[in-house]
Amino acid sequence: MTAIVDYGVGNLFSLRSSLLALHEETAVTSDPAEIHAADRVILPGVGAFGDAAEKLRGSGLDRTVIEEAASGKPLLGICLGMQLLFERGFEFGTHAGLGLLKGDIVPMQGTIPPGLKIPQMGWNALTVKRPHPLLRSVREGDCVYFVHSFYADGCEDSLIAVTEYGREMTAVAAKDNVMGCQFHPEKSGKVGLGILKAFCEL
Amino acid sequence: MITKRIIPCLDIRDGRVVKGVNFSTLQDVSDPVSLARRYSDEGADELVFYDITASYEGRSLFTDVLRAVASEIFIPLTVGGGISSVDDFDRVLKCGADKVSVNSGAIRDPALISAAAKKYGSQCVVLSADVKRVDGGYRVFSHGGRVDTGMDAVEWIRRGVSLGAGEVVLNSIDTDGVKKGFDIEMLNALQVDVPVIASGGAGCEEDFIRLFREAPGADAGLAASIFHYGEVSIRELKEKLHAAGVPVRRIA
Repeated sequence: MTAIVDYGVGNLFSLRSSLLALHEETAVTSDPAEIHAADRVILPGVGAFGDAAEKLRGSGLDRTVIEEAASGKPLLGICLGMQLLFERGFEFGTHAGLGLLKGDIVPMQGTIPPGLKIPQMGWNALTVKRPHPLLRSVREGDCVYFVHSFYADGCEDSLIAVTEYGREMTAVAAKDNVMGCQFHPEKSGKVGLGILKAFCEL
Repeated sequence: MITKRIIPCLDIRDGRVVKGVNFSTLQDVSDPVSLARRYSDEGADELVFYDITASYEGRSLFTDVLRAVASEIFIPLTVGGGISSVDDFDRVLKCGADKVSVNSGAIRDPALISAAAKKYGSQCVVLSADVKRVDGGYRVFSHGGRVDTGMDAVEWIRRGVSLGAGEVVLNSIDTDGVKKGFDIEMLNALQVDVPVIASGGAGCEEDFIRLFREAPGADAGLAASIFHYGEVSIRELKEKLHAAGVPVRRIA
């Protein structure tokens, strides 16, 4: 069973539907016991880093996610949920993340050529830097759907795949059982479903 | 490199696709789920659903359709039509929409844009504008393009973006339905920092090639009837765009 951590951030309809379409038993939950009982955990999220980090801490679910990660259970952060896995975020001030992956979440503003729109919104290609079971069905040049204005930087030790938007940007990061996708696999058609399926089989 | 998006638009009334849809391979051409699946399989990058229902009952049929599509089709879904309050956003987002487009509702109450952006994030709020040339300028029209608001289109769209709209659909009334190509001139008159979806005028594949070559600010092209009638296949369109050097997501 896969637990989708519900801490009041974002729309979980599509994520839940995509797992159900893969015949994966799924619970959208804020109950630590249910998250503990799950075989794997997804941390979703949209919006601003600080606001989401605060909600996660306010609900006490930050502890739950950290404990489950420490137990070796597969954990997948999606979009802002991926960003929260890192040490710090610089959106509207400096905020602490969960610190499960090494690196910071930095703005595109000023680090990509002027003329490129921010957020990056749309389909962009993945380039795999290090083979990983999560991406076993992904072929070079496969596109996935991104919506983001910040990206993970300084995460060379967990870098799995990048996308190019004025510069190379972290698209997938993973270290042991902790994984994150900057894009939305639940909105990325067959390529995205392949990634979710791979996660459900870890 | 980020790809240019191709977006089919489906008008829904009482839970069914409106406008003659002509696909010999689809048994039920008015079924939104079948049509959405077909477009998604062909390589549509996103789907737009316009609710053109007038009645309350029709509204719940629309959300049933949305829920059914969002349960099966995993590409971004945008919903528009009659959105005039944050409650309307809530209603469609709960049923699986990813983005919501506002038009007349935002003209009546521009604060709707900021309220929705604050609650759901800018990435969720799409400002759709129907624009027509009047007295040498570009004017915003409301009520499905019937009422001249007197507002300058570039000013209105910039204001909408500053209020929090994360994407813009620019629909040219002048080229809509004419099938002689997108309104490149109008698109180039609009410079904004958020993605722009061009709408109105697509008649053939070459129109999309011209759009992306000549209007560099356009991130996506939206059309309805040419896809519905099978005049243009999305799969073939993408291959032609690729051959012309336009970056697109191709379907294996």
